[in-house]
Amino acid sequence: MNIKLALKLVFIGVAMGALAFASVPFYDWFCRTTGFGGTPLTAESVEVEALDKTITVRFDANVDSDFPWLFSPMQKKMEVRIGESEMAFYQVHNPTDETMAGTATFNVVPMSAGAYFVKTECFCFQHQELAPGQTEEMPVSFYIDPEILEDRETDYLQTITLSYTFYEKDTQ
Amino acid sequence: MTDATHDEYQSGWFTRWFMSTNHKDIGILYLITAAVIGFISVALTVYMRMELMQPGVQFMCDEGARLIIDSSECTPNGHLWNVVITSHGILMMFFVLIPALFGGFGNYFMPLQIGAPDMAFPRMNNLSYWLYVAGVTLAICSLFVPGGSGQNGAGVGWVMYPPLSSTEGGMSMDLAIFALHVSGVSSILGAINIITTFLNMRAPGMTLHKVPLFAWSIFVTGWLILLSLPVLAGAITMLLTDRNFGTTFFDPAGGGDPILYQHIFWFFGHPEVYIIILPGFGLISHIVATFSRKPIFGYLPMVYAMVAIGALGFVVWAHHMYTVGLSVTQQSYFMLATMVIAIPTGIKIFSWVATLWGGSIEFKTPMLWALGFIFLFTVGGVTGIVLSQSPVDRAYHDTYYVVAHFHYVMSLGAAFSVFAGIYYYWGKMTGRMYSEWMGKLHFWMMFIGSNVTFFPQHFLGRQGMPRRYIDYPEAFALWNYVSSLGAFLAFASFILFFWIMAHSFFFGRRITETNYWNEYADTLEWTLPCPPPEHTFEILPKREDWDKSATH
Repeated sequence: MNIKLALKLVFIGVAMGALAFASVPFYDWFCRTTGFGGTPLTAESVEVEALDKTITVRFDANVDSDFPWLFSPMQKKMEVRIGESEMAFYQVHNPTDETMAGTATFNVVPMSAGAYFVKTECFCFQHQELAPGQTEEMPVSFYIDPEILEDRETDYLQTITLSYTFYEKDTQ
Repeated sequence: MTDATHDEYQSGWFTRWFMSTNHKDIGILYLITAAVIGFISVALTVYMRMELMQPGVQFMCDEGARLIIDSSECTPNGHLWNVVITSHGILMMFFVLIPALFGGFGNYFMPLQIGAPDMAFPRMNNLSYWLYVAGVTLAICSLFVPGGSGQNGAGVGWVMYPPLSSTEGGMSMDLAIFALHVSGVSSILGAINIITTFLNMRAPGMTLHKVPLFAWSIFVTGWLILLSLPVLAGAITMLLTDRNFGTTFFDPAGGGDPILYQHIFWFFGHPEVYIIILPGFGLISHIVATFSRKPIFGYLPMVYAMVAIGALGFVVWAHHMYTVGLSVTQQSYFMLATMVIAIPTGIKIFSWVATLWGGSIEFKTPMLWALGFIFLFTVGGVTGIVLSQSPVDRAYHDTYYVVAHFHYVMSLGAAFSVFAGIYYYWGKMTGRMYSEWMGKLHFWMMFIGSNVTFFPQHFLGRQGMPRRYIDYPEAFALWNYVSSLGAFLAFASFILFFWIMAHSFFFGRRITETNYWNEYADTLEWTLPCPPPEHTFEILPKREDWDKSATH
């Protein structure tokens, strides 16, 4: 009787440990679906109507420490009509004399805007390889979902910042 | 209620203490080990308070750590400071308070209170203890192997947030992670053992609603450990693979998120603080009832308040993370849920006060500690309500206000309940009485010392002094000075405590009666001689031995 109960308790312990690991894909799914934590949503095409109201989108670029690439947005900010599809460009340059590769991650601030910042095309998580001295221009297409006006979390929002960070990867 | 033929221990000294499967001996081993580690951990705090006594850095120098101020040059060694705060936190949380309350008192008195002859799995109990010793050894070793900043030890804070912990150099961090793994396994095995014992081995007729409060508190704690520690094990395993095997659970470069670590960690971390305090609640209930000469007020609400605190502890974790960028809705939820915890906690405080009300109160040493506990825990609880407000927490986050808050509930609350329990049960465990006047002196030194240490830290926090720094501007000098003086007094009382225990052990009056307090100490352990024989309750106790509801 004791052994049976103890085995059940061991099972509960193992299940809780497994839940910790299960939380990783769950968290990832949760962020991508809800935009929680400033994870922008992605969509195939624009399906909303543009409004007259505008919002400012600022662009930010970073590279990981010790990663020598030069990475910058080609426009500092844009005045964007809510609901209208826009395109912005980033520029990345490899100043070294060897071929290097990297991928970029992205985020928007404030995090509550993540749910309404929809990207239709971007270079996020794509493997980029640059030859020595090569410069590449990278486009981002996005629109702001008009529902942003309905949410109390984004009530006083006037500026959204889109941020990319490049990390080094092994060349393929 | 004992079998005369078993009055003497039949095994040799080594067999008894090193190969023990006896729940009482293992309980004592837990208490002794926790006391030793507690001394190390408290000594570290004294070193920290020495450093913080004056602005500037006097002791923790790059040129070598010092114990006496000298005039030679001193470059601040922030890594040493970080290592000291980290080991203080980790040792206190995992290797002092849980082992003392859950391992020590839980092992010794929970089976006695329910009339069980031993734990359900005595050998597993032995394994739990020795895994704990192994964990302690790993934790201490981690201080002396290469760590971050080209020095020894891991200086990442007890919460071990990435990216700091995932980039900290050396093997010290890995050893600390293994220490937590091993001690986690130890606690989980202990919890399985205790839950099984509690559910299957209660004396005949002792239904769940008749089990003494301390046994209940240990049972609830067992569930919290079983449900939360595996989650911590998961989080630190991910940290370990991030560090050593190139995974990116918490590394944005590979699509991970360091905030995820904080969520998983605090899902464990908040129940953890209740794991520490709940057994204290149990002890205090018995002590307050005994020295008020009244049965505890509101037994059932007390039981369900503990269950409610345990359950609520799992749904409030993000109140440690208000500043990571949670949405307003999430913050309001966590704020509300956190404030709800004040209700079951309030029920407990109310019931203790109601037990005192109209009681014939006797201020023996354990009672002083228990009253000190109630007062200090309430102060810490009130600042907890302040901190639960997410807008207010914006200002208080990571300041000394938080340090003061959690030391009022942990250092003063939990530690006071440990001392209360030790004085209450010392005679039962050793058969010798402690010196009453020295016990009272210990209480007053500790009560004054710890209040002088931590109360001014509220002021420092309100002035904006951030925690976890080796140095501070002149403006914070006054209250830091006062706080350090308090810490020295509290440390002196801790040394006195060891003297009291040694004095009692060798010169204390021998106890001949089974119950040296009064008839309101009415649980089953008070029907046994002091100290209890090796084997207890081999013949199940009779109902009238423990069921006093008919008489009062």
